[in-house]
Amino acid sequence: MVPFAGWSMPVQYTGIIAEHRAVRSAAGLFDVCHMGELDCTGSAAAACVARLTCVAVERLAAGQARYAMILNQAGGIIDDVIVYRLDEQRYRIVINAANAAAVAEHARTVAAATAAELRDSSAELGLLAIQGPRAVDIVQSMADIDTAAVGRYRCRSAEVAGVAVLLARTGYTGEDGFELFVAAEEAEKLWSRLLEAGAAAGLVPAGLGARDTLRLEAALPLYGNELSRQVSPLEVGLGRFVAKNDRYVGAAAIRRQRAEGVPRALVHLQLHGRAVARAGCAVTTAEGEPVGRVTSGSYGPWLERSLAMGLVARQHATVGGELAVVIRDRPHAATVVRRPFYQREGG
Amino acid sequence: MNIPEQLRYTAEHEWVRDEQDSAVTIGITDHAQAELGDIVYVELPAVGAAITQGDSFGVIESVKAASDLFAPISGSVTAVNGDLESAPQQVNEDPYGAGWLIKVQPSRLADERAVLLDGAGYRQLLP
Repeated sequence: MVPFAGWSMPVQYTGIIAEHRAVRSAAGLFDVCHMGELDCTGSAAAACVARLTCVAVERLAAGQARYAMILNQAGGIIDDVIVYRLDEQRYRIVINAANAAAVAEHARTVAAATAAELRDSSAELGLLAIQGPRAVDIVQSMADIDTAAVGRYRCRSAEVAGVAVLLARTGYTGEDGFELFVAAEEAEKLWSRLLEAGAAAGLVPAGLGARDTLRLEAALPLYGNELSRQVSPLEVGLGRFVAKNDRYVGAAAIRRQRAEGVPRALVHLQLHGRAVARAGCAVTTAEGEPVGRVTSGSYGPWLERSLAMGLVARQHATVGGELAVVIRDRPHAATVVRRPFYQREGG
Repeated sequence: MNIPEQLRYTAEHEWVRDEQDSAVTIGITDHAQAELGDIVYVELPAVGAAITQGDSFGVIESVKAASDLFAPISGSVTAVNGDLESAPQQVNEDPYGAGWLIKVQPSRLADERAVLLDGAGYRQLLP
């Protein structure tokens, strides 16, 4: 167990590699109760969400979800979020635990300028994620609805294992599966019942360690690593998640950046050898000229390769290009590859 | 926790085994591999390199983090476990056998041996 943003979190249950492989080949259950939830309601809810996040709110139907970001005036990223539209006038924004207090404070300021009601539901809500090729079947075996009706990035209310949940077809592993929002006092019961029902199908509990290696293989960004207030969505390849309107905080800066271009780009690096790149390692050209830094790096347990993401000067971000990562003062050759490193079949 | 009686240990969780040819074999303990978790890369010195008691002679990387390897004795490296390049998980699976790290011809073993721990002494350091 390790301390994480005020929570005590399991890094691993049996082992990071075993848990990672179980998620890719069967299914894993993650306790992500540390994630925060902001609920925005009322006739002005859509306007509030459209101001607070860069989501294209008009394209979000009831029961639909979209990845988005909360930006500051300069276009820097305060947090990355998933916005769920629960019904006509009710939205849920899932935020990261690491900076939940700062985000909630920023959100209250933005909401105050609209007539919407904003509520921090983090303390009352638990969140479990079940991910992997068997995850949908496991949930279906315990659900009171046809889960096929809950398509990718959709959500709806259901009962799973006799527990009322908001069932969302979202995740952070590169696999199919669900995230289940549940009343905090019911989370433990849901956890036990899911594990019991899924054991025969290969479901195992998975910790923060596997969550990190899974998201790296899937090339999903992590706040504090790829994303920060000093980074623009356009630099990290997330421009397609930024609405093409002027309604959100930071829109003017993003419009300017779209016109002028941004100086850096996120690259996906496959190291030639097995040495592990870590966040902060320098990235250089093959000739040794510094061009940026690693933002995340680890061994990819499914691909069995040393993988990294890094922010580099844009002119060095060409797929197929050769760069180097400096690990303990020695350069290690790496190729810039297309994202993601890992893509599931049919994904 | 497996702590073989015939080996000598350091507080940094390395083990030392006397070989018949007056060389010693060095590895990390069962406790160390369990604490590190899944090992994915081992960086070892070249054959012929000199190592010094207490100094770092290499690095072992788990999925979680990189850790220095500290030399339990001084001497000259006579062999390195090349199998670990492609199969570093052997350190997890068999830390006192197939997961050995290096063999060393000691240069000051008579003086340096005194600071090494026996199995009972090492066990006392563990939680």
